[in-house]
Amino acid sequence: MLLIACPWCGPRDETEYHYGGQAHVPYPEKPAELDDRQWAEYVFYRDNPKGPFAERWMHAHGCRRWFNALRDTATYEVLATYRLDEPRPDPAAPAAGGER
Amino acid sequence: MTAEPLPEHPDFLWRTPEPRSSYDVVIVGAGGHGLATAYYLAKNHGITNVAVLEKGWLAGGNMARNTTIIRSNYLLDESAGIYEHALKLWERLPEELDYDFLFSQRGVLNLAHTLQDVREGVRRANANRLNGVDAEWLEPDEVAKVCPILNVSPHTRYPVLGGTFQPRAGIAKHDHVAWALARRADEMGVDLIQGCEVTGFLKDGDRVVGVETNLGRIHAGRVGLAAAGHSSVLAERAGVRLPVQSHPLQALVSELHEPVHPTVVMSNHVHVYVSQAHKGELVMGAGVDTYNGYGQRGSFHVIEHQMAAAVELFPVFARAHVLRTWGGIVDVTPDASPIIGATPVENLYVNCGWGTGGFKATPAAGWTLAHTIATGEPHPLNAPFALERFTTGALIDEHGAAAVAH
Repeated sequence: MLLIACPWCGPRDETEYHYGGQAHVPYPEKPAELDDRQWAEYVFYRDNPKGPFAERWMHAHGCRRWFNALRDTATYEVLATYRLDEPRPDPAAPAAGGER
Repeated sequence: MTAEPLPEHPDFLWRTPEPRSSYDVVIVGAGGHGLATAYYLAKNHGITNVAVLEKGWLAGGNMARNTTIIRSNYLLDESAGIYEHALKLWERLPEELDYDFLFSQRGVLNLAHTLQDVREGVRRANANRLNGVDAEWLEPDEVAKVCPILNVSPHTRYPVLGGTFQPRAGIAKHDHVAWALARRADEMGVDLIQGCEVTGFLKDGDRVVGVETNLGRIHAGRVGLAAAGHSSVLAERAGVRLPVQSHPLQALVSELHEPVHPTVVMSNHVHVYVSQAHKGELVMGAGVDTYNGYGQRGSFHVIEHQMAAAVELFPVFARAHVLRTWGGIVDVTPDASPIIGATPVENLYVNCGWGTGGFKATPAAGWTLAHTIATGEPHPLNAPFALERFTTGALIDEHGAAAVAH
C-alpha cells in the first residue's frame, strides 16, 4: 500500500485518496480554434511513462483537497507531493516539493 | 472426487533460432496475442517469413498472469462481434492445434446485486441473443442451481438478485494455449525469439522498415506490436502516442481443493470473479489499481475487498488459504475497448488496449491483426477498433456495459 503525504494532512494510507490521473493538463486556451485531432489529444491522450509521473490525487477521506504528486510508476516511490499552485518539482531534488 | 489431470505436453515445442537480418513481418511480444497473430499470418495468409520477438520469455507476461476466463457476453455490437468470433475459434482450436489445453465450457455467471444491475443484465442478455451470443437471465433460485455453493440468501449485504449466464463461456489452461500456438507457428516456419528486446525502430521517413534490438538490427516489411501493458512505452519509440494508461491488475489463487465450484462467477458490484482451475485452485480476480503502474504487483486493499466479497458470496471459502498473488500490467483505453489496426507510421500496426480482458480475445486478436498486417486493411471485425475513433468520436464505450468493471 502506498503512503502518500497530503500537503495539508501529512502521510496517510493510499486508501484515503482518490486518483485523478495526469497533472498539468491545462484546458485549451482557445478551445474554439482546436481541430478534432487537438480535441482528441486534450480529451483522450495522456502520458503513460515508466518512471517519474506528475499526477493528481485528492484526499477523499481527509481534507478533500486536490494536490499533485510526483511518483515513479516503476518503483511506486512517491518522490514528492505539492500543491496545485506549486510547479512540478525536479525529480533530482524531491525535497523541494514537500515531505518525502 | 478428484481433479482432472493435466494433459501431457509434447517434448518438443519450438526451435530457438538466432534472429535473421530480415523478415516479411516482425511481431513484438510473444504473449498469446503475438503468437496467435503469427499463427494466423502463416495459416490464413501463407506468410511464414515471420519473427516474434519477446523481451522476456515466451508467454511470461500477462499470458501467465490472467484468470483464464473466456466469454463473449459483451453489450455492444462491435464487441460482441469480435469476442464471439474469438469464442468460436476457441471451440475449434484444441482440435486444430492438436493440443488439449483444457478449454472447459463450464459457463459464466454475471451476478446482479442491485435493481440497476438487474436491468443492465437483462438488457445485456437480450442484446447478446440479438447478436447470436448464447445468454440467459437467471432468477436467484436458478443461479443457485447453476452454482450450488453460491449464497443466494436475501440476508446478505448485497443479495444476489439474479444473474446472466452464458453456457458456452468458460476457462482454458493459459500456458498450454500459448505453447499450442507457439508449436504450430514454429512448425510453419515462424521464428520465436526470446530474450530479444525492441529498443527502437528503423524508419525511412514515415515508414517503419525494421526494429533495433539488443540482438541487433532486424529489418521487416511490416511490424506488429502486441505488447499489452508496455504498448505505449514501445510505440513511443516509434514516435506514436497511444491513448492508453497502464495499470496493475492482480489475481490470486488458493491452495488446491476438491472440485466444488462448477462454473465461473463474476460480480461487478461487489467485484470479485472466481473459478476453480482444473487442478483445484480457486482463481480470483478483481479490479485494477486506480493509479498508473508498471510494477507487476497490486495494492493489498484490493485483495481485502475481493476476499470479503468472495467469502460473503461463497461461505464455503471462509477457511481457504491464499497460496499466491501476482500482478500483470494492463493497458486501458478511454472507452475500455481495444485498439487493433494501423498507426500514423506506415507499415506499423498495433494491437493493444485490451485492458483487463485480453485473454478471452486471444484468437480473434491474432486473426484480425494478421489480416490487417497481411492485407494492409482492417478486417470487418476490427475496423471499428481503429485508433482514429478517438478523433472521430465513434467510441465503443464498454465501460459499465462489458459485464465487468475496468
